[in-house]
Amino acid sequence: MMVPAVGLAHFLTLGAILFTLGVFGIFMNRKNVIIILMSIELILLAVNINFVGFSAHLNDLAGQVFALIILTVAAAEAAIGLAILVIFFRNRGSIAVDDVNMMKG
Amino acid sequence: MNSDLSSFASLAPAYPELILAVAALALLMAGVFLKNSSSKLAGVSIGMLMALTVLVIFQPATGVLFNGGFIQDDFARYMKALILAGSAMVMVLSVSSARENGLAKFEYSALIVLATLGMLIMVSANDLMVLYIGLELQSLSLYILAAMKRDSAKATESGLKYFVLGALSSGMLLYGASLIYGFTGQTQLDRIAEVILLSDRSIGVLFGLAFLLAGVAFKISAAPFHMWTPDVYEGAPTPVTAFFASAPKVAAMALLIRLVTDSFEPLARDWQQIVFFLSVASMVLAAFAGIGQKNIKRLIAYSSIGHMGFALVGLSAGNLVGVQGVAIYMAIYLTTNLGLFACILALKNSAGYVENISDLAGLAKTRPFVAASMAVMMFSLVGLPPLAGFFAKWHVFLAAIEAQLFVLAVIGVFASAVSAFYYLRIVKTMYFDEPENDFSPVPGELTFVMAIAGFLIVTYYLTVGRPLVDAANFAALSLF
Repeated sequence: MMVPAVGLAHFLTLGAILFTLGVFGIFMNRKNVIIILMSIELILLAVNINFVGFSAHLNDLAGQVFALIILTVAAAEAAIGLAILVIFFRNRGSIAVDDVNMMKG
Repeated sequence: MNSDLSSFASLAPAYPELILAVAALALLMAGVFLKNSSSKLAGVSIGMLMALTVLVIFQPATGVLFNGGFIQDDFARYMKALILAGSAMVMVLSVSSARENGLAKFEYSALIVLATLGMLIMVSANDLMVLYIGLELQSLSLYILAAMKRDSAKATESGLKYFVLGALSSGMLLYGASLIYGFTGQTQLDRIAEVILLSDRSIGVLFGLAFLLAGVAFKISAAPFHMWTPDVYEGAPTPVTAFFASAPKVAAMALLIRLVTDSFEPLARDWQQIVFFLSVASMVLAAFAGIGQKNIKRLIAYSSIGHMGFALVGLSAGNLVGVQGVAIYMAIYLTTNLGLFACILALKNSAGYVENISDLAGLAKTRPFVAASMAVMMFSLVGLPPLAGFFAKWHVFLAAIEAQLFVLAVIGVFASAVSAFYYLRIVKTMYFDEPENDFSPVPGELTFVMAIAGFLIVTYYLTVGRPLVDAANFAALSLF
């Protein structure tokens, strides 16, 4: 076989790339707060890939349990984030990142 | 795995958490069925939080529960008493200004109780999963509290900023947790220490440690992870800011102490470098960035960054005296901050609540008691003897010197001297400038909190000093 089997290193690399993308998505994005919410989800899913990869590698279930807990909390977090975004939009009429600028210093 | 619960009484170490969890749900139900009941429910919550404080202090049930996920020891009891008392006092502070700040809703009491529950779980977490659940329960409640004044553009912006940066910090903490789990195969804090002790110092665990500490540093707002603090403190309603500056700081600091002294005890040299850096960065940044501030809540944000830096001086020492020093520091920091926020919430003129330092001009002539209390808090924050703030700093610097960290102690004293400028400037504005504002009478419960905090701070050495040092010593002993 020429194709190497998918191992732990591949999962960790994928997780690290997604995590970095998520962090850059938060800091480099100048357009829209929704994109920041998507980046946060990306970070949490990167962590889940790490956990599931480690769990399979170690033959230990705790990692998958942890991943399920993270999925649940991420759903609650997204709901709260969107709710805050809605009241922000009602006050300001915009969800552009550049308009989140009332307080500085 | 069998359950370790044989009877209802075996749950005794977790009674405070169970009571709070049931109470939060009961508050939500009561809020739905009883109309206009927000002030009554706030009263009930205050009574319950105070009763739980007494329960935690006088019920010495300790132990490990839920298959090792939850630990109640003297350290947890000490920190929980601080957190519960702090939350109760914040609810007392918010009574008079609830309507102006959009907090006259039953959800406010329920969210404070839920956030307090999250903090108690953080303090007692003995497993990375429990730690994460507690942290998120606390954080998610705090995001909503920050944006609770829905028609205020500033409050919603602060909620949004807090949410985005808080979620990022949770992500970093989780990434660290995943690496720790992967390279040790354990999620339970004490077992992680056993595995690290037996194996070589692996780069994966070190990366995990760094991410984990970065995530927690966000929560205690230590520099360079402090960016959210000034904006959130300024924008959030003042009683909510008082909450942010008090109990959650204690919980996150307790979590940090448990992580580094329990799980990462074998890697002491590595985490001490990180904590050392966080401490120096926080103290120096806060000392200089606070100078130019005009809004008093923003100033307190920088002040709290600096005080977290001072507390971390004790933790950098990494020994018993250091942890004891941090425990004492957090108790005194909590008292001073609650007293300070009672003073700020008392500053109301015909146009509403004032927040600028220049508005305090001549306060000593119009409201002498408020001005005197505020001056006591400011002198305590500077660290003038014989006030409590002096002894707080004395304990942490003593630990640093015993651990041969002379550089840290020198930088700390230097930062303390620089920050004295902006604390004393407020005293100068209150006592030597001409009055401009005509302040409204002060509500009784704010006077009460000011009097209690002021009394404890002024008479610290004669009254609470000795018992507090003993309690902190007991708390620290249970970790070593």
